[in-house]
Amino acid sequence: MVPMSYFVGLSAVLFAIGVAGVLLRRNIIVIFMSIEIMLNAVNLAFVALGRRLGSMDGQVMVFFVMTVAAAEAAVGLAIIIAVFRNRETVNADQLNLMRW
Amino acid sequence: MTQFNWSLINFAWLPILPLIVVAVGAMGVLLAGVQVDDEDSGALGILTIALLVFAAVLSLLLFGGRPSVAFSGALAAGGYTAYFDLLVLFAAAMTALMSVEYAADQGLAGAEYYALLMFAALGMMLMAAGDDLIVIFLGLETMSIAIYALAGFMRHDPRSNEAALKYFLLGAFSTGFLLYGIAFIYGATGSIKLEPIEAALSRPATDNALLLAGVGLLLIGFGFKIAAVPFHMWAPDAYEGAPTPVTAFMAVGVKAAAFAAFVRIFMVHLGPLGPQWTMVLWVMAGLTMTVGNLAALVQTNIKRMLAYSAIAHAGYILVGMTAAAAPRAGGAILYYLLGYAFTNLGAFTVVVALERRGAIHDNLADYRGLAARHPFLAAAMALFMLSLAGVPPLAGFFGKFYIFSAALDAHLLWLTIIAVINSVISAYYYLSVLIAMYVREGGVEPAALRTRPALIATLVIAAAGTVAIGLFPQPYITSAAGAFVSALGNAPHHHVVLSR
Amino acid sequence: MLLTWFPILVTLAVAALVVGGMVTINRLTGPRRPSKIKGEEFECGNPPTGQAWGRFSVHFYLTALLFVVFDVEVIFLYPWAVELRHLGMFGLVEALIFIGILTVGLVYAWQRGALDWN
Repeated sequence: MVPMSYFVGLSAVLFAIGVAGVLLRRNIIVIFMSIEIMLNAVNLAFVALGRRLGSMDGQVMVFFVMTVAAAEAAVGLAIIIAVFRNRETVNADQLNLMRW
Repeated sequence: MTQFNWSLINFAWLPILPLIVVAVGAMGVLLAGVQVDDEDSGALGILTIALLVFAAVLSLLLFGGRPSVAFSGALAAGGYTAYFDLLVLFAAAMTALMSVEYAADQGLAGAEYYALLMFAALGMMLMAAGDDLIVIFLGLETMSIAIYALAGFMRHDPRSNEAALKYFLLGAFSTGFLLYGIAFIYGATGSIKLEPIEAALSRPATDNALLLAGVGLLLIGFGFKIAAVPFHMWAPDAYEGAPTPVTAFMAVGVKAAAFAAFVRIFMVHLGPLGPQWTMVLWVMAGLTMTVGNLAALVQTNIKRMLAYSAIAHAGYILVGMTAAAAPRAGGAILYYLLGYAFTNLGAFTVVVALERRGAIHDNLADYRGLAARHPFLAAAMALFMLSLAGVPPLAGFFGKFYIFSAALDAHLLWLTIIAVINSVISAYYYLSVLIAMYVREGGVEPAALRTRPALIATLVIAAAGTVAIGLFPQPYITSAAGAFVSALGNAPHHHVVLSR
Repeated sequence: MLLTWFPILVTLAVAALVVGGMVTINRLTGPRRPSKIKGEEFECGNPPTGQAWGRFSVHFYLTALLFVVFDVEVIFLYPWAVELRHLGMFGLVEALIFIGILTVGLVYAWQRGALDWN
């Protein structure tokens, strides 16, 4: 039996990788993928904690997170395509029409 | 094997009737609108407003109802939910009203625009009603996804694209923090519903480190949503680039809904942890007010200035939350949000009035000499600026007054001093709009108001509210305080006077 | 022991029989005119080899998004199906509303022409 702390630890590491990806990478698609890693870290934590607590709430939450992430991806990718059509770039640093 | 249960009797649908109206209405507008030409989307706007008003009337009927829970504790019904339902429905209806001529002029796709507006309102109502972190999360996302699309609604305008993209990336990023916070709180307390979470706080077995980590992550998530410093970076860009009516809705509706959930979770249910989280909020409130106001001073674009002003106002509301130990803090926050809604919707309506297809006119310089050409528009803008600055007897003044008094009740002397200094600083940039309109000359000639009755109606309603809520604050502060107490009524374990 | 696994054995046998039968009948009765294109691996109509950075038509994107959204929403039906007896009429109505809302989305996409390839 794998101890609970392993799952929570793995989820924390994944979450940190996602956060680092959002903060450090400059390609919008990669930033978006990093956000998805964060959400999957959350899912892992929910499933693991739900199992330890013997309650279904964690599992149910994962379903909602997954569906919401799908809807978010649909809208997000549409926005990214609109940006690319007008600007021909997916680099976050070049999207600076508005400053201060 | 259990018998199939054919009964429908236990279905408590009454508390969600306003939600059903908005949801069905949004889908109806979406399907009906596909047949309608974009250039005459005005009819869809009127239909949307009618549906929102109908839902608001239903919420009003539920306002006085006894606090109760529906859907096995997932949704709370009662004064608090109804108060915020009315607030966001009002904000959505006003946004639709100010959009009627704007959408036709800009050639926006009416069906999608108004349907998204209603879906966003639906999410906001869910956030206000959620007594369960799943429901609050679902409401938040229903609202956010609709608003992402609305912010990028002018898909051939690079500024609108950029606003949507930044709002989306930062919004999704903050959702991650919020969810991780929920996961930790769930792990520590064993529940995802707010009442059992509150009950678990007093159990010695509760894992405190996990719990506090969760509360901290939740604070970060909400900090992003209300654009509190240091999580505010997205707000100025998103506000500036989004279509102006959408900016108004973001500044008023999204903020109200985020605070509805924020206040319910923290002030109503996490009260026993007050000593821990108020410390963080103290710093956040001070930073948010100061950074928001100082940055607003140097803006030359009015939408960007109002964005920083919105950040600063979130800071004032955070002062109210920091004062959670004071019994009247909750009512003060709810009253503040009401006055702020009328004032801010009005201010953005003036910005909409100056806009025209292909000519945005959202620089401060465009407002020069407005008083000579459009005395009515200039007078309305002056009224809203004075209310935002907190000049008596307008709504903005009493909002600040109640919040600052609550802060003093909670012995937050230094934070109150910071807030008052900030109010004085903010007067500078609000008054500079007045000076541009009344003293300077030049600027732009907006399209005639005569041809835009819906815009005039929006301005009149906003101005009347700004004055009425300020001149006669008593009924409003009473219902605000009553609404907050009804949320406490939903929480059986609540300690009315929080320990400090 | 044998009795426990017997149904699986039967399943395997039936599967082998059906698949083998189909392949054999096809071989015996079908016309055979091989060509270069027919000999390639089937990749849903796309050329199976080429540059890794090839560009896709944006049509694929729209269809894929519609698929993802409807596909993922269906996960709610699994727990619902397991608990149907317990949830009773309430659950049935609830699931019908859920499917109805998805249908509204589909009808909208249809009306807007998102399902037309050209």
